[in-house]
Amino acid sequence: MVRAKAHGSHLFLPLSVLALLIVINLIKGADYFSITVINGALYGNIPNILFGASELVILAIGMTLVTASSRGQDISVGVAGAITSAVFVQVLQNSGDITWLTIAASFLVSCVVGIGIGAFNGSLVSIFRVQPMVATLILFTAGRSIAFMIDGKLSPVLANNLTSQIGGVMPGVPIQTPIILTVVFIVLVAVFLKTTNLKLYSESVGINEKAARLNGIDPAKIKFLTYMILGVCSAVAGFIAVTKAGRHDSVNLLKFVEMDAILAVAIGGNALSGGKFSISGSIIGAYTIEVLNRTFLRLEVGTETIKAFKAVFIIILMVVASPVVREYATKALRRIRSGANSGTMPKTGAPDAAAVSGPEAVAKKEV
Amino acid sequence: MRPRNAAKPKDGLSNSNLLFLIATVIFVLMYGFAILRYPGSFLQFQTFFDLFSLNAPLIIITLGISIVMIGGGIDISVGAVTGLVTMCCAVLLESRMGSIGGAVLLALSIGIAFGLLQGYLISYLEIQPFIITLAGMFLANGLLTTIHKDPLNVTLPPFVSLRDFEIVIPWLGTNNRLGNFIPLEIKPGAVVVWVLVGLLVVLMKWSRFGRNLYAVGGNSQSALMLGINVRRTKLYSYLLCGLLSGIAGFVYIMTTGAGNVGNAAGFEMKAIAAAIIGGTMLTGGVGNLFGSPVGSLTLLTINELIRAAGVNSNFQAIVSGLLLYIFIVLQSVVVWLRVRGKFSLALPSWLRSGKKEVENQG
Repeated sequence: MVRAKAHGSHLFLPLSVLALLIVINLIKGADYFSITVINGALYGNIPNILFGASELVILAIGMTLVTASSRGQDISVGVAGAITSAVFVQVLQNSGDITWLTIAASFLVSCVVGIGIGAFNGSLVSIFRVQPMVATLILFTAGRSIAFMIDGKLSPVLANNLTSQIGGVMPGVPIQTPIILTVVFIVLVAVFLKTTNLKLYSESVGINEKAARLNGIDPAKIKFLTYMILGVCSAVAGFIAVTKAGRHDSVNLLKFVEMDAILAVAIGGNALSGGKFSISGSIIGAYTIEVLNRTFLRLEVGTETIKAFKAVFIIILMVVASPVVREYATKALRRIRSGANSGTMPKTGAPDAAAVSGPEAVAKKEV
Repeated sequence: MRPRNAAKPKDGLSNSNLLFLIATVIFVLMYGFAILRYPGSFLQFQTFFDLFSLNAPLIIITLGISIVMIGGGIDISVGAVTGLVTMCCAVLLESRMGSIGGAVLLALSIGIAFGLLQGYLISYLEIQPFIITLAGMFLANGLLTTIHKDPLNVTLPPFVSLRDFEIVIPWLGTNNRLGNFIPLEIKPGAVVVWVLVGLLVVLMKWSRFGRNLYAVGGNSQSALMLGINVRRTKLYSYLLCGLLSGIAGFVYIMTTGAGNVGNAAGFEMKAIAAAIIGGTMLTGGVGNLFGSPVGSLTLLTINELIRAAGVNSNFQAIVSGLLLYIFIVLQSVVVWLRVRGKFSLALPSWLRSGKKEVENQG
């Protein structure tokens, strides 16, 4: 029961933010939820949000795992997606006529490349014990140039029916294909985490590496594995992004998505310093970012000002979610409740405050 | 230079100095290789000093980010803040009441404002530095495009003369291909860099704030138990970093003379890479501020080398990444060997005697 409560409070913040944004949108215009059918597919605000956030959601899932196990973030995910999608496009165009089979084969090749990229980053993090941000800075610096070279110095165009169906709508299916792919991916990850020990292991490695080692878990192996999973995630995200765009632009494909993915993890209530995580929080966080972006567009904020508004929003959100403010709120809440009926002691919020940033939390108590 | 850095009151090298030593040796080796390969250009003093003159903003930002990294934090807003400062200064200088003094004040105050905001949120509200400085980056970017979107060339006469001002050192010049003697010219930005490096090294090495910051970065909990005001020290480190981004912004516009949306874009990652090559560790508590200019110069020399070789410009990024890879692996292996106690740097006797002298003085 306590566990369920703690879990619920984890999701409280992202869900309330999402609700707030939807209310703002509804105030702006009551037709927010309206969905129209064009050429047999559903269009409207909600499908657009699900469509636009698909890569971000997939990357946020991988980022959550990496954050939990290695206590750091991978800033090369966007670049990795650019490289894998470049490989995908090249393999597909060199394989003769384009069928479902060749698309699947090229996708598998790009996944292998993604695993390779993950293994590169993972080996630096797990074997050489480099901080994740530094390790992934290497690919962040070099990656776009590598993708450009794979492209052969042009931006190749995917002009065929099948890939545009993957990036758009399949005949006879009312929902855009990237949304379906994202849902399939989420389900696969959920099944994977339910059937394996990965969640428990990566959490324990993130909370205390030495203790995990004493309990028979190899921290290096777990970290390596999470980076390889993130590599697959970037390959899938790159695949979706390139089929959506219809051409491979090595400079702008998935640009700055790594920052949004890290932000999604943080908004989802996960500590960026590793440990316990909730994938569902990150998914909601990713959709929240997309809703936020589209809300600004809907409120007719100028495109040049959007970033500043986004920053202010993030700062307010992080201040509200910060351990200090949260502790004040918990204390105030406790006082109110004990005034009302002095029997129950609410426990919400306390586990989260302890989970966020270990040494600082202790330092705070000392003060 | 080396003996002084090798000299420390206790015997052996600290991690900070060891990593700095590696960076310096590699930089010297690389520059030596560049001289051997392209003696025509790299042997000139002008080429060496141009590295400072043209890249002064990057080196200043690297100093700021190194300070934050020594304190165990990270600041990825520096590049965006620098860009914002250049644009604000350009707009101010182009307006009717523009003056150089006002632009300097504006640059410093923008830097301090960002540093104060981020530092307060990070140290007193305990929010993760990555997220807050990411938001700071978005904020600076958004404000930059809100203020002015198009490139803005500053035409204020005193500023133009400042932009074109160069310090001429006649005795260090070189003969050009025609045999004419050209004296060495240094931009004021390079002087700003040297002054800042000197000031900050003294600050980090001998001031209470500097020592406190190393302690906080190494282990904030034990620093707290030693009676150090951890929060204030962290706040000051971010404040200093913001201030340095402001200075970097002014130096940037002093060098290029134009405000542009793309100014200093992507500098944050370059600065982090340079700081890492210079021997600062992201975990905190390890780093030598002399290493930051060395790290940036290493990156810049590689770029110059590739430009001199005349290959595809995409190789610049790839080789920079490769260089970063080599450094990171080297650092990690050396630190690992040190922890295992299998690695010791045997100093030659003349180095050791120099160390004793310093010890006696101290």
